[in-house]
Amino acid sequence: MTRLAEYADARELTVNLTLRELRSRYKRSALGWTWSLLNPLSTVIVFSIVFAFFLKIKPPVGNPSGLHNFAMFLLCGLLPFNFLSNGMNASLDALLANSNLIRKVYFPREVLVVSTIASLLVTLLVELAVLCVLLMLLGNMVLPWIPVLLGIVAIQTVFVLGIGLMLSVLNVYFRDVKHFIGIALQALFYSAPIVYPLSFVEDAATRTSFPVLRVYTLNPLVRFVDAYRAVLYDLRFPALSDVLYISGWAVAMLALGLFVFHRLDRRLAEEV
Amino acid sequence: MTAVITVDDVSKQYRLYHERNQSLKAALMRRARVRYEEFWALRDVSFEVPEGATFALIGENGSGKSTLLKCMAHILRPEKGKIETRGKISALLELGAGFHPELTGRENIFLNGSILGLSKKQLTQRFDEIVDFAGLEHFIDTPVKNYSSGMYVRLGFSVAINVDPDILLIDEVLAVGDAEFQRKCMEKFDDFRESGKTVVIVSHALEGIRNLADTAAWLEHGIVRRIGVASDVIDEYLTDSHVDRAADGEHGTRWGSGEGRLEKVELLDVSEQQVKRVCTGDSVVLRYHYKADENIPKPVFGLAIYTLDGVRVTGPSTRDVGLVPDQIDAGAEGFVDLRIDRLLLLPGTYDISVSLHNNAGTHVWDMRHRVLRFDVEFGEPREEYGFTSLGGTWEGDLLDGAR
Repeated sequence: MTRLAEYADARELTVNLTLRELRSRYKRSALGWTWSLLNPLSTVIVFSIVFAFFLKIKPPVGNPSGLHNFAMFLLCGLLPFNFLSNGMNASLDALLANSNLIRKVYFPREVLVVSTIASLLVTLLVELAVLCVLLMLLGNMVLPWIPVLLGIVAIQTVFVLGIGLMLSVLNVYFRDVKHFIGIALQALFYSAPIVYPLSFVEDAATRTSFPVLRVYTLNPLVRFVDAYRAVLYDLRFPALSDVLYISGWAVAMLALGLFVFHRLDRRLAEEV
Repeated sequence: MTAVITVDDVSKQYRLYHERNQSLKAALMRRARVRYEEFWALRDVSFEVPEGATFALIGENGSGKSTLLKCMAHILRPEKGKIETRGKISALLELGAGFHPELTGRENIFLNGSILGLSKKQLTQRFDEIVDFAGLEHFIDTPVKNYSSGMYVRLGFSVAINVDPDILLIDEVLAVGDAEFQRKCMEKFDDFRESGKTVVIVSHALEGIRNLADTAAWLEHGIVRRIGVASDVIDEYLTDSHVDRAADGEHGTRWGSGEGRLEKVELLDVSEQQVKRVCTGDSVVLRYHYKADENIPKPVFGLAIYTLDGVRVTGPSTRDVGLVPDQIDAGAEGFVDLRIDRLLLLPGTYDISVSLHNNAGTHVWDMRHRVLRFDVEFGEPREEYGFTSLGGTWEGDLLDGAR
């Protein structure tokens, strides 16, 4: 009960730390918040040239939307991937970067991770809003689907938070977690249908007896990307199995994250 | 009276890593034998702090007082036992912890305030008071990285003291800012105590604590040595630490080639009795007992008086006044006195270091750092600020009428 009461007391602190993150992120840069949009934009340009133009990857046609556009196809997968990847990277430093606070002031330490993820969530929402505008300019009427979209964002936030809690505290005790994550994220990017359509994997699966597709779709990121794309690109409900699967992962990750965090945060003030 | 802090059989262990190698590989390889030494910073500590008390924790460096304070603030968690607290706690361990350098003073007040547990509404109400107290009206919209260190600390203190906690934990931070700011702090502090709030304070400024605290706990190597009425505990602590030091200077460091030695250093009063507590204005003698195994050419006797913070207050030597004998003959023994007719040190605790070195300052026969510790209490002249009086007299027609 005391823990819950503490969380309740820390709501305002969480908001303030989130604002601190957001305010200080682009302080003293001339373009400020524009950077958070330029970043995915530059990725889209590079990837469009390489994958759509050089490698001639054809995006699928949106069903039932009829949309056929590589940049939009890419962005629908890239934005959720960036949220996961930025969330993991930022969590690694969430505790270490605030070591002076942890050593000198008491407050529930989870707040530092929660506010880090919350600030990235704000970035994601801004990016998604811009994406929705672009989609509507291209004739995809996403407005009615926004509640569903927000539901998927909520599930992913829980998922990322769970991973973040775990990574933040592990990295305090074992500093090479950070380097490992750097490599893992690179692999993770290509492990999901972000730059290529899922049909490529389905084709490949027919050429071998190994259950490629089954293994491939175990990856929760594949299902997240699938769900985002269903709502934004195809304009339909995501598959129920996907929703259940990612919800299960999200809850499990949060439980695991909290468990690891509470196991290891006893000596945090001595180790950071 | 009811206890607001109950320390129940608390032990806190630190890990001293021999080879801090925070890598996964290292951890996996040494799964069975993790390479650290256990060090108990606190052992079986139990006591209660009653509501409204001003409670002092005293002891040598490394005795565990700050660790205990951090445990009370729940920053550290003890390995054994538990600490229960009732009411809102504010810990002044480091002022301005959590300030973000790029944010302005205003933004940082709200941020730091919420870290310390204030709501936005409370902060808005107290905002003017906080700014006013810190004296930073003109700089409140400047990023704090452009603040001077004094301004930074003042703002930190001002936010922390306005948290209005039930329990205030203080670790030697009251000595911040200039005299004017210190006066404001003391007033605020007095208000706080008068309104029946509880204060736990860790400090080396024993005379200051004697005036402030009603109860004190003396910690030694993580164990409570004594607990009771503040002035009694402080007296006993002082007596004990003096005996320790006067014995053979084991606590201080000593070096030098050793052909000539300073066997003993004594602080004597007018009747040639050893003292460890004197008053400002007293007449005292500092006596060096020397002994030479070989001829000691051109010996110089030097002195340094330090505050506990390590500030060198003064450092006279026999060379300063041109008294350099040709030599101390081999086998000679004797003493040299520094007679001080009027000791102008102001109240506080001071350490004496002594040395026997050559005239050029290139060779040290014996150097005994912090060999003797003594306390100065209020005397005549009675002054409040700094380490030393100038021994001056105020004059003027206006003042003559007030005499």
